[in-house]
Amino acid sequence: MEQTEERYPFHNTFRIEGGNFTHAGSVSSQVKRILKEERFPNSVIRRVSIATFEAEMNVICYAHWGILTLLVFSDFIKVAIDDEGPGIHDVDQAMTEGFSTASDKIRELGFGAGMGLSNIKKVTDEMVLTSVVNQGTHLEFMVKVFS
Amino acid sequence: MTLGDIQKLLDAEVIAGSENLGREISHAFAADLLSDVLAIARRGADGALLITGNMTPQVIYTADVVDLGAILFVRGKRPTEPMIELANQIQIPLLMTSYIMFETCGRLYHQGLKGCVEKAGDGAD
Ligand SMILES: Nc1ncnc2c1ncn2[C@@H]1O[C@H](COP(=O)(O)OP(=O)(O)OP(=O)(O)O)[C@@H](O)[C@H]1O
Ligand SMILES: [Mg+2]
Repeated sequence: MEQTEERYPFHNTFRIEGGNFTHAGSVSSQVKRILKEERFPNSVIRRVSIATFEAEMNVICYAHWGILTLLVFSDFIKVAIDDEGPGIHDVDQAMTEGFSTASDKIRELGFGAGMGLSNIKKVTDEMVLTSVVNQGTHLEFMVKVFS
Repeated sequence: MTLGDIQKLLDAEVIAGSENLGREISHAFAADLLSDVLAIARRGADGALLITGNMTPQVIYTADVVDLGAILFVRGKRPTEPMIELANQIQIPLLMTSYIMFETCGRLYHQGLKGCVEKAGDGAD
């Protein structure tokens, strides 16, 4: 048996603190590094990284805290983010381009275009968003390695 | 053109990554909103120059996750020390020019630098 065949699947988890903008983006940066080390195609890494970045920002901007899980399979990559927070009362509305409840403070940082969730949808092969108001939000997405 | 050419053309200051001035830059785009940066980079912006007035550490993380070639800050805004540290750590060159966004883009375009994407909705959208 070649060693490479036993590598997958593996997973990593990361904790994301809501409201902590200082290191906002660092989880996505780490995810990208892990995928680079695994030598996935650049286009795959880019797509996962973009979606991960948007998801990480949403937890920081809107939730109290969250856990991001990266699941790496040989033929697809999956990311799941569970947060505790206010949740989203209308998921379809949240998915609409341009819809945003970002505060002025968040807008000053360059977020709040209302593009994040639709970016995630466009850049991934599958995406699921569910939420319970006053509890939290679950987002998961998947990118195929060979498409 | 190279990063060094861009530096000369815009009378720019190199804030981080001066060892990379020989880096070839063939494409650029300008954006202040990070979701816009990511939306443009979705179609591929490997090695591109990002022209921006966004002065947050997140612009540097964004550049990292989509493999941009360099960031050029306009209007004489100077990146903060933590931003510079982060840029050095993840090895993304930072330049800063006093020219405003419009002038910066115009001068680069005039010299033949191409945009990463021409229009929203073309390509993979
Ligand atoms: N994890 C979350 N918890 C609570 N609300 C959320 C969460 N993620 C998104 N939302 C809500 O959905 C809206 C749309 O999110 P989306 O990421 O598409 O845009 P944005 O974050 O407002 O702006 P951008 O992502 O372009 O910077 C948000 O403004 C917010 O109201
Ligand atoms: Mg968002």
